[in-house]
Amino acid sequence: MCLAVPSKIVSIDHEFCTATVDTMGVSREANLALVENNVEVGDWVLVHIGIAMSKIDAEEALRTLELHEELLLSSDIQENDPDGKSTSDDG
Amino acid sequence: MADRILLAHGSGGLENQCLIRDIFVAGFENHILSTMDDAAVVNIGTLAVSTDSYTVDPLFFSGGDIGKLAVAGTTNDVSMRGARPLYLTVAFIIEEGFEIDLLKKIVASMASELQTIGVQVITGDTKVVPKGAVDKIIINTTGIGELVCDCAVSHIQTGDQLIVSGPIAEHGACIFAAREEISVHGLRSDCRSLWPGIESLLNKKLHIHAMRDATRGGLSAVLNEWAEQSHHLIHIVENQVPISTPVSGFCEMLGIDPFTLACEGTFVLSVAEQDCQSTLEVLHQAGYPHAALIGTVMEKHAHPHVILQSDYGTERLMEYPSGEILPRIC
Amino acid sequence: MGSQPLTTDKLYSGYRNPDIIRAYSHKIHQAAQDLDRPVNIMEVCGGHTFSIVKYGLDQLVPDSIRFIHGPGCPVCVLPQHRIDASIALASMEDTILVTLGDMIKIPGSRTSLQHARAEGRDVRFVYTPLDAIKIATENPHKKVIYFAIGFETTTPMTALLIEQSRQLKVNNLFFHINHVLVPPAIELILQQGGHIDAFIGPGHVTTITGTGIYEPFALQHHKPVVISGFEPIDVLDAVLKILLQLCDNKAIVENCYSRSAKPEGNLKAQALVSKYFETREDFIWRGIGTIENSAMKLRDEYVEIDAEQQFSRYCPRATQEKTSGCLCGQILMGHAQPKDCALFGKGCTPSSPQGSCMVSNEGACAAYYRYRRY
Ligand code: SF4
Repeated sequence: MCLAVPSKIVSIDHEFCTATVDTMGVSREANLALVENNVEVGDWVLVHIGIAMSKIDAEEALRTLELHEELLLSSDIQENDPDGKSTSDDG
Repeated sequence: MADRILLAHGSGGLENQCLIRDIFVAGFENHILSTMDDAAVVNIGTLAVSTDSYTVDPLFFSGGDIGKLAVAGTTNDVSMRGARPLYLTVAFIIEEGFEIDLLKKIVASMASELQTIGVQVITGDTKVVPKGAVDKIIINTTGIGELVCDCAVSHIQTGDQLIVSGPIAEHGACIFAAREEISVHGLRSDCRSLWPGIESLLNKKLHIHAMRDATRGGLSAVLNEWAEQSHHLIHIVENQVPISTPVSGFCEMLGIDPFTLACEGTFVLSVAEQDCQSTLEVLHQAGYPHAALIGTVMEKHAHPHVILQSDYGTERLMEYPSGEILPRIC
Repeated sequence: MGSQPLTTDKLYSGYRNPDIIRAYSHKIHQAAQDLDRPVNIMEVCGGHTFSIVKYGLDQLVPDSIRFIHGPGCPVCVLPQHRIDASIALASMEDTILVTLGDMIKIPGSRTSLQHARAEGRDVRFVYTPLDAIKIATENPHKKVIYFAIGFETTTPMTALLIEQSRQLKVNNLFFHINHVLVPPAIELILQQGGHIDAFIGPGHVTTITGTGIYEPFALQHHKPVVISGFEPIDVLDAVLKILLQLCDNKAIVENCYSRSAKPEGNLKAQALVSKYFETREDFIWRGIGTIENSAMKLRDEYVEIDAEQQFSRYCPRATQEKTSGCLCGQILMGHAQPKDCALFGKGCTPSSPQGSCMVSNEGACAAYYRYRRY
């Protein structure tokens, strides 16, 4: 449930407690009332129905990505083709 | 002339005459139209005819407007049948109070689009309806063309390669964003007339079995209709389908599927395998630098459908567009 | 932070990297082999159902692992009489009903909001609840009713709307509250059957509530709960962690969504929610029945903006649900899969849904219909 998308804060309007956020090049306004005190321009937030619901912890995001990459290195992916469905490329 | 359209402009009297003469005949200038007879007389070979009505909110958007859309949309349908569009009929249904300046802008935009494809307006009609009876303006156009190459769904065969002419979902995303007042950098409708590109393709005498422009319902509607009408399975490789970054960001943000968003200047081709490469080359030269091979027509099937394959080998259906497109929370 | 900053590309593509997805799939196959028994994993959240079906994640795990699609779609679980209430409210004189797009097609006992709108009712679907304030101020002589739906994730957004509308002294905005809670539903599922081995915890609910709400399921019921995001790698990571816990005979709450969900959750959001809302004694879940303390309502102090109180004579009472062969209830409880239903894809499709699981994007039947019909 609850679609929420990571977006980057581009500018903050402190008076109305809103921010312009950028989602993959799409900019729109988001309300900051629920994350007010701990975000600044350049931070990432998770936006749910127009309202930022949390700050994305960049350090954690990078750390988990690293873990995923380590898992990739540790697995012998070459011989792995679980369902016998090799990715046939039409090109 | 008043600066707004009045009911009188549609009543067949003097105002009506002025409107036709000053705006439409002047805008669409050509000798067939200026005879102002009750019916236009033209003389051509095997006809391809298509009609469509246009309503869009907002009327003017990045990359086009309702006028350009009404010309391109209908002549594109004619082109897709493998016919050279030659003539267009135009009917306007206008809401009382519509600004005349806007009407002039729309007509000018239609005229310039007509010029790029060499199509003439040969007959037209105007109705003015009371305020509230339509939303600003509706334009109906009928395109008439001469058959050059017989492209039709029934010619689709197992082994055909499927090519899309450019990034998908541009028009749908642009209109949706404008309507929802979402500001998006780089979103622009792909609205354009396809005939010039199609002409270079047809000149090459490639084995193009079918062409269809992806309009409402987007790429998914075309492929699903083709699967259903030709009784073939269709296999698409998801990451081969060109999608621009702003469009994918937009879809990501609203949780909507780019495959079902409208295009207005992007088409799909089903081409015999041996001509696939040349078709791509011609398209790349003819103003479609992002044209790409996206999939294959598979065997016939009792329940034909479109399979979308992910980069990691899983498969799902390319869903058939249905219902109103709305952002979702879930 | 390290030398490389976080980028859009990393946040999106990073969690969808096909090589990593394959690597996880491989590890999951290995772990499942070690475990050597069938595992039923319930994803409580409809967002996960959607990701699993859309990305085909079930095709990346061995047959011994079954995803059971839980009651995690907030509109799927709304009982018919509450949907009827939304339509009845929209039909009052001088009224604008405002709600989120997900509500549009949901069928009540007779009709849906989409039909009510076609019949001339003023029903508006907004992208953000805060738009309700604008609608109310632009229409001072009308009653504007915000029909609030959603799980714990969305409740603070309604609370924020209430807070702002009060600050701005908007006095023609009313609220019909249908916010439901995840833990009571899980509790009921656990009490009713021992067929679920572990849970994938909803990442966005947790972002608001914190991780504590799942402790009882691990401690008392000995079921692993792994909180996950919604990208393919997030979900596969959670599946792997669940298998590893089961291999080790462990049952703890683990958090794979640490980039967003914190142990304590969003305190500000929690405070705002408890300022305006309290739990209801009970709430009827469509297809499941009454679950105690499973939803929120406005606190008594706010009776004057509570549409359920103010317009109670318009809001229909709970009635016997019409079901006629629909298996939604069993699907929501994890006892059946969409394809077990005789109506699936025949009498019941997204354009004419017979049951709630078919209406919302996230409903299990709708997800299967969209992506797995054949
Ligand atoms: S297919 Fe339709 S009728 Fe059957 S369980 Fe799903 S929603 Fe209910």
